Amino acid sequence: MLYNKPDPQEVKVLTRRFGLENSASIDTYLATDGYQGFLKAREMTPDDIITEVKTSNLRGRGGAGFPTGMKWGFVPRTSPKPKYIVVNGDESEPGTCKDRLLIENDPHQLLEGMMIAGLAVDAHAGYVYIRGEYRYLIDILDKAIAEAYSRGWLGKNIQGTGFDFDVYTQTGAGAYECGEESALLESLEGKRGVPRIRPPFPAVSGAFQCPTVLNNVETYSAVPSILRDGGAAFASLGTPRNGGTRLFCLSGHINRPGVYELPMGFNLLRMIEEVGGGVWRGKKLKAVIPGGSSCPVLTADECDLAMDYDTLAKAKTMLGSGGVVVMDEDTCMVKAAMRIMRFYAHESCGWCIPCREGTAWLRKLLIRFHDGGGARSDIDLIGDVARNMLGRTFCPLGDAAAMPTISFVEKFRGEFEAHLAGRPCPHEHADHLALV
Amino acid sequence: MLTPEERTEIEAEFPHYPNRKAVCIDAMKIVQKHRGWLSDEALDDIGELLGMSSTDLDGVATFYNLLFRRPVGRHVIYLCDSVSCWIMGGDQQRNHICKRLGIASGETTADGRFTLLPVVCLGACDHAPVMMVDQDTHRDLTPEKIDQILEQYD
Ligand SMILES: Cc1cc2nc3c(=O)[nH]c(=O)nc-3n(C[C@H](O)[C@H](O)[C@H](O)COP(=O)(O)O)c2cc1C
Repeated sequence: MLYNKPDPQEVKVLTRRFGLENSASIDTYLATDGYQGFLKAREMTPDDIITEVKTSNLRGRGGAGFPTGMKWGFVPRTSPKPKYIVVNGDESEPGTCKDRLLIENDPHQLLEGMMIAGLAVDAHAGYVYIRGEYRYLIDILDKAIAEAYSRGWLGKNIQGTGFDFDVYTQTGAGAYECGEESALLESLEGKRGVPRIRPPFPAVSGAFQCPTVLNNVETYSAVPSILRDGGAAFASLGTPRNGGTRLFCLSGHINRPGVYELPMGFNLLRMIEEVGGGVWRGKKLKAVIPGGSSCPVLTADECDLAMDYDTLAKAKTMLGSGGVVVMDEDTCMVKAAMRIMRFYAHESCGWCIPCREGTAWLRKLLIRFHDGGGARSDIDLIGDVARNMLGRTFCPLGDAAAMPTISFVEKFRGEFEAHLAGRPCPHEHADHLALV
Repeated sequence: MLTPEERTEIEAEFPHYPNRKAVCIDAMKIVQKHRGWLSDEALDDIGELLGMSSTDLDGVATFYNLLFRRPVGRHVIYLCDSVSCWIMGGDQQRNHICKRLGIASGETTADGRFTLLPVVCLGACDHAPVMMVDQDTHRDLTPEKIDQILEQYD
């Protein structure tokens, strides 16, 4: 099912089958070049497959943007233990709503991406870990998997190529932290979803202590086209070092919210104005979270930039998971920071102290502050507590909570001052943002 | 004791994993599906089959938002509590649900029909505000729409 109209500026690589009749079926898939990337990869050496993925400049779509080919290259060539391909379908970074569409509309593309990864590292089994709330996707995926088995595209000796590959699905049980790769692996093994100490990295010791490739749904979904049409073709769609297209999720105060596949490096202002139809109700733009709630916020003046990993890093924020959250002039930035922190405080897994305590204190401070009980010194204190979390936590959840907080305080200090003791939130009159 | 049905469903998961312990989250979900929530007795039953202590299972169960160690209503409303839904007026929708059902977040209605739980981003931000009732996602919520939706679950 499609949830928004496509935009003419889209470049459809991963979403090319979206909107076709029965787009999730194996017949549609096979009729539209499906599994051709796998067959091509089967004729190549593992090294050549990895080189092709490196050439594509594909970077992980789960948040950190790590080069995918390089990650695959870390898996040891030979291993006395089995190796695994794991899909991160935990999608729960606030503002992100793309992985569910990829599975819903084109599950075979994901399976093919997993199989190609299997060829590249000599793995013969894969797990798709999907968040518990997306239960309906498991039915879609299980159906696709059953079709693939019955038509000889999974299982033993796939299409007579001599390659064996099995796929299993698992649902999470509700925990943001399980999107973090090592916590996901713990959860996959039936444990509390707390992070593991690294090294060793999953490539060396991942699922069930075996070498593991772990990527996001969108990352794997890009792989079939890379093998089919060549890494260079994919790379050329984007900007240097940022290959291809990606699915941007536009939400918030925008006229045409939706998920749009655009080339890497697409200008953010144009994305909001042209693709998203501009800020709603004729309002002015105040701020944008460019890649999911873990990313530092951009002010309206900072939005004239190319949406790729390197440009956003230069702007001291991140492309993250592609969740672009647009906020209009009536949005209270103190409340935005508070709501974001409430989320991290709830979802901190409690394993390490700086994150568990830091997020809890920041939540308290921000709630009190927004309610008009804050002192001037609290403004610096909020920034201070957050800065003290940076780099000191077991996994990046602590940074994910601290970084946006710091950006809100630094960039919208005036709004914090407007909330000082006794002053009611100046934005509470805005009808769409009524206070709890 | 596990019912034969629960047992069969859990055992069907065994071949997917190299060890039995890995099945425990699935096993708890299966039992919760049949019994509504996970009582101490339910954990004992699962533990026996998987060779795990109920303390271990409790540790796992309490970590996850979707495993219930207390009874819940016949239907669970999961209301997205994250930034995109808030921006689009999620608080108003929550207030409407609370008022209509006469409960606060985290509570169950007196007739046992609904439990209301706040949840993390439901991944439908482009159609915020969003909630799930049991397995169904409902998008673009308004008070009128919520009234219609809740009627569908009895
Ligand atoms: C707290 C936290 C939550 C995360 N959630 C997700 C998620 O929901 N989905 C995802 O693909 N990656 C998530 N990540 C990133 C993963 O740890 C990992 O980098 C990613 O899955 C690797 O795949 P990629 O290289 O294809 O991006 C999260 C990271 C952190 C620290």
